[in-house]
Amino acid sequence: MLDEIIIAGFGGQGVLLMGRLIAQAGMLEGKHVAWMPSYGPEMRGGTANCTVIVSSEEVASPVVPNPITLIAMNQPSLDKFEPMVVKDGIIVVNQSLVSRDISRDDIQVVKVPANDIANELGNLRVANMVALGTYIARSKSVKMETVFEALEQTLDKRQEKIIALNKEALKRGEKIVTG
Amino acid sequence: MEERLLMKGNEAIGEAAIHAGCRYYFGYPITPQSELIAYMAKRLLKIEGATFLQAESEISAINMVYGAAAAGGRVMTSSSSPGISLKQEGISYIACAELPCVVVNVMRGGPGLGSIQPAQGDYFQATKGGGHGDYRLIVLAPSSVQELVDLTIKAFDLADKYRNPAMLLADGLLGQMMEPVQFKEFDEKSIPSKESWALGSSKGREPRRIVPFDLDPVELEKIVNRLKQKYQDMQKEVEYELVNIDNPDIVIVAYGSIARIAKTTIQMAKKEGINIGLIRPITLFPFPYKVIEDTADNVDKFLVTEMSLGQMIEDVKIAVKGKAEVSFYGRTGGVVISPVEILEEVKRLLK
Repeated sequence: MLDEIIIAGFGGQGVLLMGRLIAQAGMLEGKHVAWMPSYGPEMRGGTANCTVIVSSEEVASPVVPNPITLIAMNQPSLDKFEPMVVKDGIIVVNQSLVSRDISRDDIQVVKVPANDIANELGNLRVANMVALGTYIARSKSVKMETVFEALEQTLDKRQEKIIALNKEALKRGEKIVTG
Repeated sequence: MEERLLMKGNEAIGEAAIHAGCRYYFGYPITPQSELIAYMAKRLLKIEGATFLQAESEISAINMVYGAAAAGGRVMTSSSSPGISLKQEGISYIACAELPCVVVNVMRGGPGLGSIQPAQGDYFQATKGGGHGDYRLIVLAPSSVQELVDLTIKAFDLADKYRNPAMLLADGLLGQMMEPVQFKEFDEKSIPSKESWALGSSKGREPRRIVPFDLDPVELEKIVNRLKQKYQDMQKEVEYELVNIDNPDIVIVAYGSIARIAKTTIQMAKKEGINIGLIRPITLFPFPYKVIEDTADNVDKFLVTEMSLGQMIEDVKIAVKGKAEVSFYGRTGGVVISPVEILEEVKRLLK
């Protein structure tokens, strides 16, 4: 198996954590993984993105010019990365912050109103987990249980409520695909 | 089997250093390696007897390294390109004084203040001395987070073995990325005793001094000749990786993160029926001249690819001795070369 994912959004939306959880879960499942952030003189409200590779083979280049999957958390990210996705690739798009339709017809699109669902859950900050849940359900690159495990390893264990909320958000995102 | 941990490259270097018994770190923050100095602060301050110090400048930090090394400690400093330039005088002193230490360079775009994105423009500086005078560093070039760990440990061991500064030459891409890593058991007893030469209390023995000079030219020449002998002895430490080297159409020579990117190029080319080999130097000093020369007996074309204007290519040309055509493809400024670009260059050369 192979997935090469670019996750992009505003700084502060938690896109780096989304990528990290995929990588951590992939590692726990014994897969080869790499996580590469964009870095620069960036600040909150600017753009952030990361690349994650999950593969059954050794990862060669950690730089991915043409991702198989794009998770676009906002409009500027979609504008920037949509043209780079491979043919027959997948775009998971945060419908809450993207008003336009996807212009390409050679890719599969999964829309998730991540901010709206997060607001329903009472915390806008878990919009990233909603979108991540949708991605996991759609791609099956890693199992949801492993993402839960990765979440428990990554977040502070004393923050039980926050971990539970994140899991709930992941499940809500999953439902977008599984119904 | 040891536990696999998902670690950021910079942090993995720090953990590896501590794992290898490094208890002294002196540095000054700079992107893209600041996570390393932050990690050393967090970890060393909790270890009794260890010292972490954020110096007022890179020049100060390297001279603290000089002092700790003279006292026999396993000591490290780290920086990125412009900061490494500032350390050169100190590195030259340490080389002349024949002291072991590890210097980490997480390279970024240059020259000048440059950019903070990944680059490989410090190859000459790292492998040809860098500071003034006749000296060399042991230079190791990792290409994965696991190798950042393994080669950091190796850098300490080689530095002690030869009483010479060793440099880990990484770049912003490796420093910033995360990959699973494992730490093999490390036996602290493997660290050689420094009692016969290190400074400390001279009670019960003749006082010693460690200096980076001799004002008598004949005496200094003896020191330099001793260094020369040491650099010759180091040749046996050569390390490299060969990929697909059985009868290829062309051989790529690349180190560090670009070697990994070239591996993707090799996979892409295979699908198009193009057979690309790869020689990846892991030690940049000593440089693997012989394997490149031997390969040139059977291959007509070499492509050296670096994130620079072409620096390692000079060593490849020395190795090839005119037996094959050596071409170059590079990007600078912090632009990371994509596997597609390398493939296009290969196709152009094979036309």
